[in-house]
Amino acid sequence: MTVQGLLDSGMFTVVNVGENPEREITVPFCCDLLSIAMGRAPAGCAWVTVMGNMNTLAVATLTDAACIIMAEGAVLDEIAMKKAKDQEITVMGTELPIFDAALKIHQAMQG
Amino acid sequence: MDEAIVLTYEISPDDFTRAGEASSDVKGKLKQLGVSPEAIRKVAIAMYEGEINMVIHANGGGIRVEITPVEIKMILADVGPGIPDVEQAMKAGYSTAPDEVRSLGFGAGMGLPNMKKYTDDMTIETQLGVGTTITMTVKM
Repeated sequence: MTVQGLLDSGMFTVVNVGENPEREITVPFCCDLLSIAMGRAPAGCAWVTVMGNMNTLAVATLTDAACIIMAEGAVLDEIAMKKAKDQEITVMGTELPIFDAALKIHQAMQG
Repeated sequence: MDEAIVLTYEISPDDFTRAGEASSDVKGKLKQLGVSPEAIRKVAIAMYEGEINMVIHANGGGIRVEITPVEIKMILADVGPGIPDVEQAMKAGYSTAPDEVRSLGFGAGMGLPNMKKYTDDMTIETQLGVGTTITMTVKM
């Protein structure tokens, strides 16, 4: 499944559309501790988190995540939103808990 | 690319809004140079962890990146307090980061271990009260 496919699925609200939406999502990844995400987030992952500060965006860029899904109704703060637009990172949102959001992505990836 | 391409950065202390700018810049330059995505990812992760460490612990510092056809070398030098026990600092989960840093999602004691994990070679030279220089190499 591509990032565009996930954007079009209607499962999540669209917060920001970044570069290369045709990119393939490799796996859903759940983590709120940036220190761990930095070392473990797989390249091309759809990263589900409640952590919405500017460092989340930096970690997503540097680990080469495909997109970010803000779960539990969490939102990006103002600086993070600006960074998402500047760095062209795709961000989506949902009221769902982290597990449920990641499960939905997993199921969508199974077709 | 016969000679080394050298990039230098100054890291501001206590400025989390700018942490990651240097790593992002290097990432962009490596992409332009056609370096493999895997090597870029390793460099980006290791350098960002180093940048964060400099912001948290060392009143900022300087980073020099040398790119050659065979490797990417990152030299991170600060004039911070030094690391009292390097072996302990290298242990995953050991951290001296303040609460403010932890509330941002960092400070879990994974910085140095992540830097080691994502580089092919890493050396730490540190002296208490003088500073720390970390040299990391990622092979192309």
